[in-house]
Amino acid sequence: MCLAIPGKLFEIFDENGLKMGTVDVNGAKTRACLEYVPDIQIGQYTIIHAGFALKIIDEEEAAESLKLWQELIESGAFQPDDDLSSADSL
Amino acid sequence: MKYIDEYRDPLLARNLLEEIKRKATRHWTIMEICGGQTHSIIRNGIDQLLPDSIELVHGPGCPVCVTPLESIERALLIAAKKDVIFTSFGDMLRVPGCSKDLFMVRSEGGDVRIVFSPLDALQIARDNPLKEIVFFAVGFETTAPANAMAVYQAAREGIENFSVIVSQVMVPPAMCAILSSPDNRVQGFLAAGHVCAIMGYEEYEPVAREFNVPIVPTGFEPVDLLAGILKTLELLEEGRSEVVNLYRRVVSREGNRFAQETIRKVFEVRDRQWRGIGLIPGSGLGLRPDFSRFDAEKKFNVTHICASESPQCKSGSVLQGILKPDACPAFARECTPEHPLGATMVSSEGACAAYYNYHRNAYSL
Amino acid sequence: MTIAPACPLPLMQHETVQMAHGAGGRLSQTLMQRVFMPHLHNSFLDLLDDQAKLELPAGRTAFTTDTYVVSPVFFPGGNIGELAVNGTVNDLAVGGAIPLYLSTGFVLEEGFSLVALETIVMSMASAAQNAGVIIVTGDTKVVGKGQCDSIFINTSGIGTIREGVNLSCCNLKKGDCIILSGTVGDHGMAIMTSREGLSFQSHITSDCAALNGMIGKVLDAVPMIHAMRDPTRGGVAATLNELAHSSSVGIEINETSIPVKPDVRGACELLGIDPLHVANEGKLVLVVPAECSETVLNVMRAHEHGRDAVIIGSVVNDHPGMVVMRTVFGSRRIVDLPLGEQLPRIC
Repeated sequence: MCLAIPGKLFEIFDENGLKMGTVDVNGAKTRACLEYVPDIQIGQYTIIHAGFALKIIDEEEAAESLKLWQELIESGAFQPDDDLSSADSL
Repeated sequence: MKYIDEYRDPLLARNLLEEIKRKATRHWTIMEICGGQTHSIIRNGIDQLLPDSIELVHGPGCPVCVTPLESIERALLIAAKKDVIFTSFGDMLRVPGCSKDLFMVRSEGGDVRIVFSPLDALQIARDNPLKEIVFFAVGFETTAPANAMAVYQAAREGIENFSVIVSQVMVPPAMCAILSSPDNRVQGFLAAGHVCAIMGYEEYEPVAREFNVPIVPTGFEPVDLLAGILKTLELLEEGRSEVVNLYRRVVSREGNRFAQETIRKVFEVRDRQWRGIGLIPGSGLGLRPDFSRFDAEKKFNVTHICASESPQCKSGSVLQGILKPDACPAFARECTPEHPLGATMVSSEGACAAYYNYHRNAYSL
Repeated sequence: MTIAPACPLPLMQHETVQMAHGAGGRLSQTLMQRVFMPHLHNSFLDLLDDQAKLELPAGRTAFTTDTYVVSPVFFPGGNIGELAVNGTVNDLAVGGAIPLYLSTGFVLEEGFSLVALETIVMSMASAAQNAGVIIVTGDTKVVGKGQCDSIFINTSGIGTIREGVNLSCCNLKKGDCIILSGTVGDHGMAIMTSREGLSFQSHITSDCAALNGMIGKVLDAVPMIHAMRDPTRGGVAATLNELAHSSSVGIEINETSIPVKPDVRGACELLGIDPLHVANEGKLVLVVPAECSETVLNVMRAHEHGRDAVIIGSVVNDHPGMVVMRTVFGSRRIVDLPLGEQLPRIC
């Protein structure tokens, strides 16, 4: 099970001596252990797997990657007005 | 949904696909390691959209699929015991042993419960002091920190009625085993993004050099996968056997040091059997002697383990990318999710299950 | 002899169901008088006969039954009682019937709270009134502690089938539009939220509702609807597969057109569940001739239970018996039946 879901931390608390948090995933909330992201702040995004926050999502890197890929449109590599439904013909 | 929707943007996906088409000058075979990536590819039809020059083969990144038959059989025997509460991730319940699965043990009266976190299993142990709670600790490096913490915490609190069946496997040795095989066709890898979130990608650099393959840590959403495929293709076309990180918002070169530390405290590297593949040296984790009292296989001392696989099942070849699921003679005939011959047909990360659930009509059956 | 209780003694919090409440003797009568009759009384039930004597309108009659074992019994947006009424009303209505009469049978676990039971009965009364049906006969049994989980309810229903309406899952024709009345997955995820042992919370509420009012308006406007189903267990995926299989046609749907509430989507992502596989208790799938689809949509959207109605796909001759989804990327994948219990005891 390698799927980890991104969510926003909105609460931190202690339970059984472990640092725990409540993470909001689009309105659904889940508890997660924060021991592996000790520096996480409320409002930051993290990925949750098996009840644990594994990494703080680096928002700058995320923006940078998207920008890079977006530049492919601007570079004129293809026509962005192409009807996506013609993807079948790829 | 933030950090999901942007990576499911059809326009961005289309950009990346067009670039892939433009850049591919010959046939390349790329393997995605992780079963979660396989499912995302098949579910979103990415393999359908790629040009024929790019062939994706599916790797053994399904920890449920590679859990040895002996471990499953031990789990079934332990789960059937009175006064045992057997806990597991949901996937494991339908994985076939020699003659039954955990689901059947439950219907025969075994107390088998699905948990979403090993900490939930620990809580069950706190709530049921007179029962023995066993957790099936299956996973790759992504799940190892969670499983390690449960054991570490049990030790810290002195919880004695908790134990784990460990089936932890590691990606780099499996990658090397595939690349060392004489049948290997894989020329480039999409490395498992969340495994790399934990372990970093330093350990892939010697693999890339030794075997002359590009390795690209990649995420799971369609845009991430296409970006990973594009980068791998670029590296292949340029003859560059490097590790280039395409999942930068989550993966760093050194990974998560806190998680690695806890894994090291609780587990040690072992040789490991991979179901359908065989022994891969140094590819697994086992509990350190300090924590061996939490080893369920020792605690319950179950013997008389049957270990005969269905002769028809070709999971091993599927897991190594040698055979596509729908090329297996039993696919969708004798082997379906209702009557699986092997684990790859039931796990949420199994390639056979992905093909069956999303693809079946593409092959006139 | 009719019973018209004026002011029953209020139930005490500690009062619970006893074995004797199901034995047919004095305590059974007490249970009837204190819990059931104050809320369910009508000219049929007040007679306390072993059967209800009904006069049915001429024409075809529809008859259905369903048993409700949902856990937990009280969930966000409803409880087992209103589920039991609405579910059976809907099963009649999707066959083109006007629901008229319901029976209800209870199996109660010894020790179940009487206050909880009364709340459930009140909900049933309210749901029945809202749906315009009468509960005309019923039965109660009590089993020992541990022999059932809290409360199970069976409801059976009778309705009279509208003239000129022929709804069947065998009626699908190439070119028909598939209409969905609103967001998917609300009920199943509301149940998930309230299951103990899951570290997961949300504000998702069940969509449990009687749909016969909306269905009536739709059939008044467009009697020639081909098929109608309410996608309960197995979700929209199961319903579409059953329709495709029964009519030996293919169905194609568009991923972008499936409405899902944001928190339901978040919950499904967290749990690794496909919203199309999740149970609904207040939604409809309709299969209508293409030329009628706009009228149907307008009628539905004017109704409280159809505000988000949308066309999600169409019937095709390709891949008979299979449901195929066109992804946002333009690729295609199968939408299969879920294997088994994603969420046990969902309804």
